[in-house]
Amino acid sequence: MASTVLCSIVSAEEEIFSGQVEMVIASGTQGELGIMPGHTPLLTGVKSGPVRLILEGGAEEIYFASGGYLEVQPTSITILADTALRADDLDEAAAVQAKQKAEKELQDAKADIDFARVAADLQEQAALLRTIQKIRNKKH
Amino acid sequence: MANAKELRKQIGSIKNTQKITSAMEMVAASKMRKVQEQMARGRPYSDRIRDVIGHVANASPEYRHQFMVQREVKRVGYIVVTTDKGLCGGLNVNLLKAVVNDIKHKVGDGIEYDLCLLGNKGTQFFRSYGGNVVAASNHVSERPQISDLIGSIKVMLDAFEEGRVDKIYLANNIFVNTMTQTPTIRQLVPPDAIEDDSMSHRWDYIYEPDARELIEGLLTRFIEAQVYQAVVENVACEQAAKMIAMKNATDNAGDLIDELQLIMNNARQAAITQELSEIVGGAAAV
Repeated sequence: MASTVLCSIVSAEEEIFSGQVEMVIASGTQGELGIMPGHTPLLTGVKSGPVRLILEGGAEEIYFASGGYLEVQPTSITILADTALRADDLDEAAAVQAKQKAEKELQDAKADIDFARVAADLQEQAALLRTIQKIRNKKH
Repeated sequence: MANAKELRKQIGSIKNTQKITSAMEMVAASKMRKVQEQMARGRPYSDRIRDVIGHVANASPEYRHQFMVQREVKRVGYIVVTTDKGLCGGLNVNLLKAVVNDIKHKVGDGIEYDLCLLGNKGTQFFRSYGGNVVAASNHVSERPQISDLIGSIKVMLDAFEEGRVDKIYLANNIFVNTMTQTPTIRQLVPPDAIEDDSMSHRWDYIYEPDARELIEGLLTRFIEAQVYQAVVENVACEQAAKMIAMKNATDNAGDLIDELQLIMNNARQAAITQELSEIVGGAAAV
């Protein structure tokens, strides 16, 4: 049996996940990370994007985190997400719509908009869509 | 008879009071459920981030944020979270007593103190008690927002950065259950390291990208999360304490009414007996 490590994902609003996992795959600010039990202590930022957990026995679960921090201790992995969502809660239609709206706003140069805010919005919706697509691929 | 009339009036007014207190009890009960939920949802985050910060405090990093450095203590700061409104039993009194006790200890050791007060009751108390209040925020609503709290906390943190205070404590009520709320004073800055033997050796994190940036971001979130959670927890405590206080008041009003009713019935019966005996006495005399 593969060894496991305690992983918890918490957001400011609620606890999303807590349990034993074989591997955590998240997108850190410096690139994709795959963390297995016994990893050396690590502290890093998390970009908005999917967080994949390989559970005991190989089952996979996908969550969405929009930024936050990731702490790794040899015996525990903690993801402090700014907002995190269960994959089931993701709403693809809403994400597509929000992404299109952000894109439109960006193109509409005349409008008096906060460029940085919209760009960040767009990035987040794109990350959300990536997560949803990943879940789709898994199912088919 | 005048006595019976007076009693009837008294019973009427107590009944009205009882109606009010039982309505307040029900309002507090329904609010409590809501804030309790909010509190329970926020707890894992604030607990986890405290763990992480505890680990960071144990590490021996290349970069030490000034919030993490233990200094010689000459002056301390208290962030005291109280409720805005009264009618919640001994909740605020217990907390303020604990704070005053702590302050007395500190003053005894020659340490001075500054106060940052969140909530009306604390402000009222320290107005008469004295003490150097550097920041106060009086309207902490039932749905507190981090943005409302930031201002007052910032004053304290700035004082720490400038070296005017060397330690910051956070005082609030912890919600144990509906019946029990315990006043606690915890050290907020510099954060306490977690006592753990497995961490006693020299070690450090790998930081990606940069230790300074990461620790700064984490600390800001840590302090915000702790204070926010303290305020939310205090709101839950307030509603629970209010519910209990109002329930007691309603029960007491009920007891009082029973007692008065008995006295009134006695008086009425005595009046009837007296009247009867007067009639009988009168008839016998004829």
